[in-house]
Amino acid sequence: MLESRELTKSFGSVVAVDHVSLKLEAGHVYAMLGPNGSGKTTWMKMAAGLIKPTSGQILYEERPVGVESRRHIAYMSTEPYFYNWMTIRDVGRYYEDFFEDFSMERYKELIGRMELREDMKTRTLSSGMMAKLKIAVTLARDAKVYMLDEPFNGIDLLARDEIRTCILQFASEDKILLLSSHLVEEMEAVADRAIFIKQGHLEEIVDLETMRTEYGISMADRYRQIYGHEEVTSNV
Amino acid sequence: MQFDPMRPIWLQVMGEIETSIVTGVRAPGEKLPGGRDLAMLYGINPNTAARVYQELEKAGLCETRRGMGTFVTGDAQRITELRIELARQAVQEFMVKIDSLGVSKEEAVKMISEME
Repeated sequence: MLESRELTKSFGSVVAVDHVSLKLEAGHVYAMLGPNGSGKTTWMKMAAGLIKPTSGQILYEERPVGVESRRHIAYMSTEPYFYNWMTIRDVGRYYEDFFEDFSMERYKELIGRMELREDMKTRTLSSGMMAKLKIAVTLARDAKVYMLDEPFNGIDLLARDEIRTCILQFASEDKILLLSSHLVEEMEAVADRAIFIKQGHLEEIVDLETMRTEYGISMADRYRQIYGHEEVTSNV
Repeated sequence: MQFDPMRPIWLQVMGEIETSIVTGVRAPGEKLPGGRDLAMLYGINPNTAARVYQELEKAGLCETRRGMGTFVTGDAQRITELRIELARQAVQEFMVKIDSLGVSKEEAVKMISEME
């Protein structure tokens, strides 16, 4: 279980994550939703142990995240993070050195399915290919928690289906998957729970099939209900 | 498969499998994909896929044999019942539509009988 308790992060006077308490349980795929700047990425970075909370706690299996938990938590950030002289093969080797749970075999399989080739240089990749590479390298780890920040960004419609299938292949009873995306519709069927974050606060966490049964609304409908007003005003 | 995101997804996948059983696309006694394969096939959450099989089993339309997987029922009687159930559902939807157009049941029946 990955749990945040009253987790807070401030950057100067800006409170990016504001007393967020939530529990993520194994066996579920979570969609983390909210407009830009609502605090999703900051929450994920704290869960990945990359930045320290200002206050509150983030626990993996009852212990504060840190060096130990990093071995079980695979995180894909939105920033590019490969040296541009690297080939796709080099990227795999680099990860293999870095993470004990990285499987070269699984990496090669994922690369093939995403129609990438090992001899391609990262600097020559289109943004869509780069996005696919980041996903492949993250899913090639045999982790317990996968956190993917904006996995569908910059990826064309057909490749999104392939990525969805890859993500589902690694979802299992003992794993937690957390996906953030602006492309809410892409995640309707993949996720079974949704976490709505609004201006650094946890707005709500819902079971999607229960919501459909009881209220007859989709995740996208709920998104519009929660953020509709905000979206309109921020566009002015 | 394109889902209606406002309706439970397990229900939609279940409906699709029921139709495939009635039309014979899936034969009686045929092995169905495993839970994970079903999830990947339809692009749905694995818990949703598991629910589909639970509900199909509850409805007597498939059976899970330990260590072997899930199979379409071999019970021909049950499949005949399902055909009637699905037809009733279709008629019900039709009636709602016809009613909303202000056409009476009698008029609708007449129209059906006149159809080629």
